[in-house]
Parts: sequence; structure tokens; C-alpha cells
Amino acid sequence: MRQLRARDLLRGDLEGEELEEHVGEAVLTTRFDKLQAWGRSNSIFPLTFGLACCAIEMMSIVSPRYDIARFGAENLRASPRQADLIILSGRVSIKMAPVVRRIYDQMLEPKWAISMGACSSSGGMFANYAVVQGADKFMPCDIHVPGCPPRPEALIYGFNKLQRLIQGNPDPGWRRRYNAEGTEEWARDESTGAPSAEALEAYAAARRSLG
Amino acid sequence: MPDAPGLELIAQEIDSVRSGTVLGTYHEHGQACLIVDPDAVLEALRWLRDTPGQEYRFLASLHGVDYLPAEPRFGVVYELLNMDRVERLRVRAALADPGGEALPEIDSAVELFPTADFQEREVYDFFGIAFRGHPDLRRILMPETYVGWPHRRDFPVGGEPVIFTYNEREVPRWFE
Repeated sequence: MRQLRARDLLRGDLEGEELEEHVGEAVLTTRFDKLQAWGRSNSIFPLTFGLACCAIEMMSIVSPRYDIARFGAENLRASPRQADLIILSGRVSIKMAPVVRRIYDQMLEPKWAISMGACSSSGGMFANYAVVQGADKFMPCDIHVPGCPPRPEALIYGFNKLQRLIQGNPDPGWRRRYNAEGTEEWARDESTGAPSAEALEAYAAARRSLG
Repeated sequence: MPDAPGLELIAQEIDSVRSGTVLGTYHEHGQACLIVDPDAVLEALRWLRDTPGQEYRFLASLHGVDYLPAEPRFGVVYELLNMDRVERLRVRAALADPGGEALPEIDSAVELFPTADFQEREVYDFFGIAFRGHPDLRRILMPETYVGWPHRRDFPVGGEPVIFTYNEREVPRWFE
């Protein structure tokens, strides 16, 4: 039926109610930035970059068993200029931190970072003089994947979360689990439930500072 | 490696060249060790390297130790190897802590064993033991701007406290 309709449309025979119905089914309307974010999130080029033992797990996500190609990120780039995503896979020593930061700075926008494993998120077991206690101290990380090391499935799950983040629909995660969304008391007017004057002022100031 | 009498013979012969060089010996777990005067460590190493019949020509490892609270506090250990007989001999020099900012000093073995170059830099990096006559004594593993000697036993472990149930009353109450 659909094929017949498409044939009629190409001939120019389709009109009236049927044409409306066909267009409604076959055409998708969206905003351009949404389309762009959808495209970006499904063609991420990760950087070929490993720091420590987590890198072994990170390497296996491109293998056939885990296969990150399902999510469009199988193309690991060897240059930060061509990469969108850096996965900090392992502990970052204080001597390595400036190098990692420089590689991150060399990546072109838009760019994202996943902090993989306990060490790069918090220092992990290496609470000592040589290791940075959390990579957030010198660069922004969008997603933190817990584990020591995380299994490849966990990294892929974190990657999927990053995709949703890029599409502007981040997972609330623990905030939803603990019923902690929209619970800021100061931000709501008691009687109406609408945002309070102070909150609107603060939001406006924040928006101004972002430019 | 030399057996216990052989070790004593070596010790006597080194002492006969310059008396007071060998402060002690021990032979345990199948390992032979000479404890030498830190001021004469180069003479002892040179004798062990060059004397016919000894010829410990390979420095397998050079490392530092911090024996705090023992006195003298620091040790520099040379692991020598004769590759023909596959015999190993350990030479140990004990160094006292001069106190304050001053570093304990010992002669550099780079002129005898070029491999000592990086290993002495590593000992300097982690224990703060200065090697007199080293061609390029600076940090090798830690950042060059680093302050402190991290492998000394009185160096704080560092890191950040992790909150467990047993210490959540002591560490800062981040959740309040």
C-alpha cells in the first residue's frame, strides 16, 4: 500500500486526503539543532588514548564481542585534532596531568570527556603523592564511569549516557531515584508554585554571564 | 655468590687495602652483603670491580632505603653481579641524616658504572640522597618542580581522606 502510494506521489497522482496522510507518515519535522545533536551523538570519534589498566577494557569495546560500532563510535582517531571524545582510562599521575590537559585542549569543539574507573574519577586506591585525586581537578569530565576497572559493558553504558547528554536529554540518574528533581524550596513561590522572583533574577544573571 | 668464608676473605682483603672500609658483613638467605663506610664506598666498589678473581663488573641495581627510626637512617645499596661465575654481592652503605634541610651525601658511582646515572637520580628523587660528583643530579620521575622526598618514611602519604563509616566523625562533614 505504502509503495503504491509512493509510486503515485512520484507520478504526481497523489492528492487530497491521501497526500496529507502520506506526508504525515513519511516526513519528520524537527529543529536543526536537534538534528545536529542527533548526528553528533551517533558519530563520535573517540581518541586512541589509554592511561593504565582501564585501557585494556576500553580497547575491548571496539572488539566484536562488545562492538561500539553499534553506536557509531568504532572509529578511534590517533590524533586529538580529529577526535570528539577522550576517555581517561586509568590513573592520572601529576606528571601526566599537564600532558592530558594539553591533549584535551588540542581537541576541536565540540568535545567531550569520559572519566573511566575509580582512579581517574577520584584517585581510587592511589591516595598518594603521585596521583591526581580526580581528573576533574584539571579538566571537565562529562561522564564518570565507576568500577575498578569498569567492564566494557559499563563503559558502553556510560557512552550511551553521553549520547543522551549530547542530544540534550541527560539522564537524571540518582536525582530521579531519590526524588530530587525540582525540589529547590527557595526557587518556588509558596502559594503559586511558580518560580519565585529571586529565582528568576538568579536565572537571568546566570544567563547573562553565559553570554 | 661467595659463601660465608669467601665473604670474610673479601672483607679482609678490602680492609687490608684501606683499613676501616668494611664495617661488617652478613650472609643470610643465601645472600652475601658487605656493609661499608660511606666515605670509602667507591674504593670498595672499584676493588670489587677491578681485582682479578673478583671482577664484579655489572651493577645490577642501585637503590636507597629509609630505615627510620633506626640510626643511621638511610642506606644506599649496590647489587653487584659477576656474569662469568653468576655470583652476586651486595654492598651497603649507611648514611646518617644531617638534619634540617641538608641532604645526606655519598660519592657517585657513575665513573665506575655508567648505569648508576639514572639509578642515582631515582634515589635522589625519592629519598633526597645527594650523590657527590654525579654529572646531572636532578629529579627523574617526579615533576622537576616537586618539593619533598616522597619515599622517606616521614613523608605524608598524601591523597584525600575517604569517608567510611568508621571515620565519618573525624573527617570534614562534607554532607552537612
